Amino acid sequence: MPLDNVVFWVFAPVSVASAIAMLLQRNAVHAALFLIVNFFTISVFYLVLGASFLFAVQIIVYAGAIMVLFLFVLMLLGVDRDEPLIERLKGQRPMAVLLGAGIFLELFFAIRAGIGFATKAPAGFDETVNRGGNAAALARVLFRDYFFPFEVTSILLIIAAVAVMVLASRQAPAITRAEQATAAAAAEAREPEPAP
Amino acid sequence: MRTPISYFLVLSALLFSIGTVGVLVRRNALVIFMSVELQLNAVNLALVAFSRMHENLDGQVLAFFSMVVAAAEVVVGLAIILNVYRRRQSASVDDASVLRG
Repeated sequence: MPLDNVVFWVFAPVSVASAIAMLLQRNAVHAALFLIVNFFTISVFYLVLGASFLFAVQIIVYAGAIMVLFLFVLMLLGVDRDEPLIERLKGQRPMAVLLGAGIFLELFFAIRAGIGFATKAPAGFDETVNRGGNAAALARVLFRDYFFPFEVTSILLIIAAVAVMVLASRQAPAITRAEQATAAAAAEAREPEPAP
Repeated sequence: MRTPISYFLVLSALLFSIGTVGVLVRRNALVIFMSVELQLNAVNLALVAFSRMHENLDGQVLAFFSMVVAAAEVVVGLAIILNVYRRRQSASVDDASVLRG
């Protein structure tokens, strides 16, 4: 059995199991930890597929930065209590599972019809496409063919940073009439009229 | 590499479906957001697998861009959830129903 096959069959069950565990876990912090496991297994698949740069980025950005942000917000809000199991819409959960199974079957048959289950990747990916290392090859493609989209993403990141500063600032203006009334009342109670 | 590419694609489809069920089933806005992240990762895996199959790096570049967009999206989304929580003292999507007619 070739090595990449072994790696696939070791990590694929871990990946699926951690995803399902995330789904079933009622505590949000535990769900986040299972998601981190899932991100690590996906990074291993990147390595098997010859994307060693994305392997590093996946661990640093996803398992590192994004999940730390998630856990930070979870701890900040203190929403690490268990979710209630009451259904607001009747039969939503069975329907959701049914829909998910439908999506999977559809994708499964699409893959079978599209490329078939026996198609193997051409050998020698590291010698032809990844020549000089995956990071260097990726940089060549990124800065030659995709330079404009790359610049656009930098603008996107700046916009996101500004948006978060606006959204997360505390002095949010009142939106509804009732909120405006309560805000005005609170302001009045806080600052009584100066005595003459 | 002797593993057929379709194995990775089927795994990616499975993870995407699990993420979809997570979005539909869970009530906590943060966990719904995590399920969206799972879906994004599943699609990234498919992109990298296709990049390997077609012997060019466009798929990997696309996966890279989708990671950048996902990072921006996470930051903005978490700020919105934070705001909703400050207003309603709850991160459950069931409680955010003031627009219901």
